[in-house]
Amino acid sequence: MFAHLVKRLGYYALLLALAVVISYVLSSLALSPRGYFEGRQPAPPPEAIDTQLTALGINDRTPLWERFGDWLGHALRGDLGRTLDSSDVGTEFGRRIGVSLRLLLAGTVLGTVGGVLLGTWGAVRQYRFSDRAVTLFAFLLLATPTFLLAVLLKTGAIHANEAAGRELISFTGERTPGLTGNFATLFGDRAVHLLLPTLAIALGTAAAYSRYQRGTMLDVLGSDFLRTARAKGLRRRTAVLKHGLRTALVPMSTFFAYGFLALFTGAAFTEKVFGWHGMGAWFIDAVGKGDVNSVVAVNVFAAVVVLLAGFLADVLHAALDPRVRTS
Amino acid sequence: MNRIALRRFVRNTNAVLGAGLLLLLFLLAFAGPSLTHWSHTDIDYTALRQPPSATHWFGTNSIGQDVYAQVLRGLQKSLLIGLLVAFLATVLASFAGACAGYFGGWTDRLTTLFIDLLLVFPAFLIIAIVSPRLRSANWLAFVGLLAAFGWMLTARVVRSMTRSLIARDFVRAARLMGVHPLRIIVRHVLPHIASFLIVDATIAVGGAVMSETGLSYFGFGVQPPDVSLGTLIADGTGAALTYPWMFFFAAGLLVVFVLAVNFLGDGLRDALDPTSDRARGRRASRARRPARPAPRTPHRTEHRAPERTAGA
Repeated sequence: MFAHLVKRLGYYALLLALAVVISYVLSSLALSPRGYFEGRQPAPPPEAIDTQLTALGINDRTPLWERFGDWLGHALRGDLGRTLDSSDVGTEFGRRIGVSLRLLLAGTVLGTVGGVLLGTWGAVRQYRFSDRAVTLFAFLLLATPTFLLAVLLKTGAIHANEAAGRELISFTGERTPGLTGNFATLFGDRAVHLLLPTLAIALGTAAAYSRYQRGTMLDVLGSDFLRTARAKGLRRRTAVLKHGLRTALVPMSTFFAYGFLALFTGAAFTEKVFGWHGMGAWFIDAVGKGDVNSVVAVNVFAAVVVLLAGFLADVLHAALDPRVRTS
Repeated sequence: MNRIALRRFVRNTNAVLGAGLLLLLFLLAFAGPSLTHWSHTDIDYTALRQPPSATHWFGTNSIGQDVYAQVLRGLQKSLLIGLLVAFLATVLASFAGACAGYFGGWTDRLTTLFIDLLLVFPAFLIIAIVSPRLRSANWLAFVGLLAAFGWMLTARVVRSMTRSLIARDFVRAARLMGVHPLRIIVRHVLPHIASFLIVDATIAVGGAVMSETGLSYFGFGVQPPDVSLGTLIADGTGAALTYPWMFFFAAGLLVVFVLAVNFLGDGLRDALDPTSDRARGRRASRARRPARPAPRTPHRTEHRAPERTAGA
């Protein structure tokens, strides 16, 4: 198993290297930071723009390979360059990632656990009323894009606030600016702000996972080993949970890993709608401005997340499926 | 579709409902505009932000454009984009996947590497970077981009299905007779996975429309003066509370459309794939125990994992 994992790790390293090169070249060719400076009021003189662009290492008049070599040299030493406003990309990165994690953690965990449980329940109760209701609800959620779901939740919250006559659910940003108080007040404030984004993320995630889980669980429920487990006297509940669920989770491990990535990009919508300044919002703003260094940083981060996720899936797979370990 | 599959399809209420809804939506999108004399660019200066009425069926927006005409125009565009993207992506996926699976060796290794590489980049990010460049080009370039990032997962499944097919006698026989490899792929391999491809393409239509609307919502997709459901929803978001008709018609049609496509895809899968849950579940519950565990079709588990990746 160890050799197998090392081999996968090497493959992922190759993919990462290729991804870094491609994302740098692509963003450098497609984005125009020069346009951002030229569009400023009052427009700075061309020489000043040139100096500024060169200082940032993104001057389009320097040959691409030279810029890339320069960037790579710094990046290998842990310096990801500067944003268009000359702040450090690394610092910005750290701040944004914290925001994204705070935003995603609760929603992802809730959505994943909820989706798996709903899917299992639906499979055990196939074609009963409860299964059909869950299925219909999941289909409805799957047909609603994340941004639409977020906007709908927000609209609902505004209605609720109006009906209540005061701000019952606040949903803009991470916390109420300027709020002071003890730890409990501040924590409560953050929790209320998290409510809607978490709901948006958890609902979408749970809907998708419940469909997959239901499918894999149905495969397992009809299997011989589950019948054997029942035949040797296990109660249905124990058999389904101990033998069935574990096996059904094996193919799901890939989904969990990749779902994590989908979240970081899918969260761009949630962040934008609810006014959070996380990775996704950073990326969208950076593309708009032509901020090459920031765009590359987010892209590389996304690539690292996918590859880590892929590796994690391999490890999980090996941990859950004994056949991978022995072969 | 043979008769058994047709019977199974018709018995599936959801699938029939989905097909019916889709038909209605198509009629609405392509015949609906001729029912009103407003076009999506016309501006009625006498009616700004008017609620639905006899002259403007879905009301008007803040500059006096007819929402009915706009929503139908947007629906048209979104339908076309969805269908084209799904078609292109499926063709690309079946060709790449079948070649990788059939030829094996370096073809396989390079294709797999390429697929993995594309999967490493979230499609949403790449499209967002590239599309400002295409702002001057027309929406077909956008279709191409969406298709270019929508074929990889399907190709993987096609590849693994092809690998199990080439061990079968009829493929071996064809190969020994000296049939050209591409001909074997087109005549013997692809028809055997046609049911998977049909189902996958159907579901991909929904995915493509979701990606399109998501990207357009942020201004990375369809560009004005052209409209799609995504741009309409984006424009109407701010007015969702005060002037709901600017938002909810477009949003509602989007949800109904994707829902119908998913119902249809699910129903087609049950009808065409004899190992699908529904078909097997029914047999299992009748016999009180399943027949031999059906050979795993990879696509139910491997299929469409990061559906929500591309900005969905």
